[in-house]
Amino acid sequence: MSVLVYTENWDGKFKKLSYELVSYGAGVAGMINGSLTVLSIGKVDDEELKTLGSYGAQKILSIDNENLKVFDSQAYASVIAEIATREKTTVIIIANNNSGKAVAPRLSVRLKAGIGSGVNKLPVNVNPFTVNKRAYSGNAFAHLVIKSDVKILTLAQNSFDPVTTPNNAIIEKADVSVDKSLIRTEVKEVLKQSGKLLLTDADIVVSGGRGMKSPDNWAPLLELAEALGAATACSRPVSDEGWRPHEEHTGQTGKIIAPNLYIAVGISGATQHLAGVSSSKYIVAINNDKNAPIFEAAQYGIVGDAMKILPKLAEAVKNK
Amino acid sequence: MKILVCISNVPDTTTRIKFTEGDASIDATGIQWVINPWDELSLTRALELKDDPATGIKSVTVAHVGPASSEPTIRKALAIGADDGIRINSESADAFFVAAQLADVAGKEKFDIIMCGIESSDYNGSLVGGMIAEFLGIPSVSAVSGIKIENGSPVVTREIDGGKEIVTVPVPFVAIVQKGIAKEPRIASMRGIMLARTKPIKVFEPVPAEPLTQVISLAKPAPRSACRFIDAENPSQLIELLQNEAKVI
Ligand SMILES: Cc1cc2nc3c(=O)[nH]c(=O)nc-3n(C[C@H](O)[C@H](O)[C@H](O)COP(=O)(O)OP(=O)(O)OC[C@H]3O[C@@H](n4cnc5c(N)ncnc54)[C@H](O)[C@@H]3O)c2cc1C
Ligand SMILES: Nc1ncnc2c1ncn2[C@@H]1O[C@H](COP(=O)(O)O)[C@@H](O)[C@H]1O
Repeated sequence: MSVLVYTENWDGKFKKLSYELVSYGAGVAGMINGSLTVLSIGKVDDEELKTLGSYGAQKILSIDNENLKVFDSQAYASVIAEIATREKTTVIIIANNNSGKAVAPRLSVRLKAGIGSGVNKLPVNVNPFTVNKRAYSGNAFAHLVIKSDVKILTLAQNSFDPVTTPNNAIIEKADVSVDKSLIRTEVKEVLKQSGKLLLTDADIVVSGGRGMKSPDNWAPLLELAEALGAATACSRPVSDEGWRPHEEHTGQTGKIIAPNLYIAVGISGATQHLAGVSSSKYIVAINNDKNAPIFEAAQYGIVGDAMKILPKLAEAVKNK
Repeated sequence: MKILVCISNVPDTTTRIKFTEGDASIDATGIQWVINPWDELSLTRALELKDDPATGIKSVTVAHVGPASSEPTIRKALAIGADDGIRINSESADAFFVAAQLADVAGKEKFDIIMCGIESSDYNGSLVGGMIAEFLGIPSVSAVSGIKIENGSPVVTREIDGGKEIVTVPVPFVAIVQKGIAKEPRIASMRGIMLARTKPIKVFEPVPAEPLTQVISLAKPAPRSACRFIDAENPSQLIELLQNEAKVI
């Protein structure tokens, strides 16, 4: 019995998501009385690899192969499958982010391993192996039994707190053969903004809706976000109108996020919007209509004009 | 080139979900079934590509794994403009089973571009597209927010953390689409609805595939505690509560 966690790295560094995955893996390993191995693909130095050990990894496998420089889901899935087979893995854990969603289903077919996707808690039971997964875009949970010998779980970001369990993990450089014929996608151009806090990584998010009235009214919202060290988001009509960039659109058809704190300003709280934010630990609503459905999802609310309230909030944060 | 758009049918996104006795499945009474929003957008983009003769796209087919009762979903896609439809006659047991069916059809009928949505709004799996590609041993591109055909080859935009990449990929391949692929879903015209009645739907029986997972019950998320209102004249109280009570700032 063993658990294999795969974490990607971002320019040679891990981030909170990596430690969430390893901590979750340690939890599952505990439940099945198994060991925990963590796999890293790419150029990561030993100092950084060692940090994974602090969250319960017993063995850290590092693969740095020329042919894996560009992310190709087919090649990555073949490598992870090979390691999983070699390590006699019973449970594989991957992030439910863009690259995880690309790799996990391919791995499932390769290993004939059933997937519980987007889990946010430890399994309910390991025999039969049962997980709770998001369904109906957050309006329900499904109890899913995974019947195959090997199981794959994809973990929702920000849903499982990293737990430090100091461990002197051993670091091994693993070698794999990479079938070059599998790499058929070619990246022509990368358009990336750097230095900006990613919406999916943020602990605090301040989000604006149509109640902000005009793109010219965003300054006080940005000021509050800045004071809180928060990322900014918006509802779909706001991005459709071009008031804010598309990356900020949250909801069923945009990004699905789970920050500790989501502040919804001038957002009515349509089910499709809530589908993307209902896993937030706390929701604050600021809306001038006391009957807006967003207040049913919120723990704290202020009924009033956003334009008057936002500057006062920013002020209060700066003075705290 | 030929495009296959995989469509699932899901409860209308505003549906208040109720369960049947024993919470084993959802109560379908009164539910309005719609084409999964992503699949509607995939279909829209596929038709836009076909409209432009320079792309060399000759046909757009839709495929659905489902019982005869889900045929109206396929007819709707034909009314929007798909040329023909394929139905694999089976309940959709799980993502692995569904993908095995779609991969079989896509391989046999030799489609060049296979489009799937990033997730179905009922099962929220994000699985079927990637699985089809692996069954067929062909490339897939995930989080696709744009597809063009340049000199007969696909050029795809995919979303990555904090940005995008422009990627080339040979056919056949699977495009797993998300926001941006098309602006507004195309809707059926009166003429489209008339034409759809005579467009062909081929029905295939399923190939054997053992489902790997099974939903045993459904549950509602725990209700949130009631909202605590803070006086609009004194918003700084909110900051204090977030700091000392919720401890999130
Ligand atoms: C298939 C489908 C998918 C969808 N996906 C998404 C999605 O992913 N994300 C998404 O957000 N939406 C989505 N929608 C749209 C969704 O149904 C709503 O239309 C949308 O969320 C409403 O955005 P809003 O809350 O900003 O605007 P509105 O509903 O117009 O709400 C504006 C709110 O601002 C308040 N307000 C007005 N003035 C002020 C003021 N001065 N101060 C404070 N408050 C004020 C109003 O009381 C109101 O509650 C989807 C719809 C469909 C059909
Ligand atoms: N029963 C089905 N028939 C046809 N296509 C499907 C079916 N279920 C899922 N799909 C496709 O797979 C995508 C992702 O679904 P899922 O993996 O269930 O989240 C959908 O957007 C569809 O394109």
